[in-house]
Amino acid sequence: MLESLPIEALYGGILIGLSAALLLAFNGRIAGISGILYNLLFNNLGSYDRSWRLAFLIGLFVGGYALLPVEFELREGYSSVLLILSGLAVGIGTRIGNGCTSGHGVCGIGLLAGRSIVATITFMSAGIITVTIMRMFGIVG
Amino acid sequence: MNRVIIALISGILFGAGLVLSEMVNPVKVQGFLDLFGNWDPSLVLVMGGAVAVTLVTSRFILRRKTPIFADRFYMAMTSNIDARLILGAVLFGTGWGLSGYCPGPGIVNAMINPAEAIIFIPALIIGGYIGQKFSA
Repeated sequence: MLESLPIEALYGGILIGLSAALLLAFNGRIAGISGILYNLLFNNLGSYDRSWRLAFLIGLFVGGYALLPVEFELREGYSSVLLILSGLAVGIGTRIGNGCTSGHGVCGIGLLAGRSIVATITFMSAGIITVTIMRMFGIVG
Repeated sequence: MNRVIIALISGILFGAGLVLSEMVNPVKVQGFLDLFGNWDPSLVLVMGGAVAVTLVTSRFILRRKTPIFADRFYMAMTSNIDARLILGAVLFGTGWGLSGYCPGPGIVNAMINPAEAIIFIPALIIGGYIGQKFSA
């Protein structure tokens, strides 16, 4: 089974890890996308605090754009209601839980932060349960 | 200025990693979360690769008293494992499963699958704003 796994997934993961390491080593900051986004949008920041977050988000698009087009088939006709519920739940959850896959999953676990390990196990489990239920209703799979 | 350039480079690496690893494909992410169905284990490599790097590098980085360009490390101010953390993670994980998008891939999808991003991103921002109200 392992031979059939795409090696690009590993390379991509390493790039994400290096991104987080760079930001921590030089700027002392956590590469948590949700935190960066919400601070930029909702908090009154000084000019430097706004600039680096904006630069990071611009970089996100530049780096992604450099590797387009994607090779997978785009999903079409997915339920708008599910997309809205998903966005709301991800938004509320990452704000009150202080982090998402990047902040807790990649950075926090790397720092061996107990909070992040618990959060990651919890959101992974919730995601697995959600998809399992959706499968029972024939929404995915 | 140095720190803004570092943030830009960090963002570029992150965005490239998301596309290269196919984290931006929500169908693949849902396949990864479909542990009891048609499980697609390839995203284990993404998380594994990323965490392997941060586990090793963090040890060296935190040996320094300060970051290279900044006066201190900005870490979470609390180590509490409380109801907020758990409730937040449950909500986030549920939302992640519903669409296959977490915040990073959801945002980058503005240039990959704009038909979905135009719905997901505003909902994400509204959700974040609601969460912010509960965080105050």
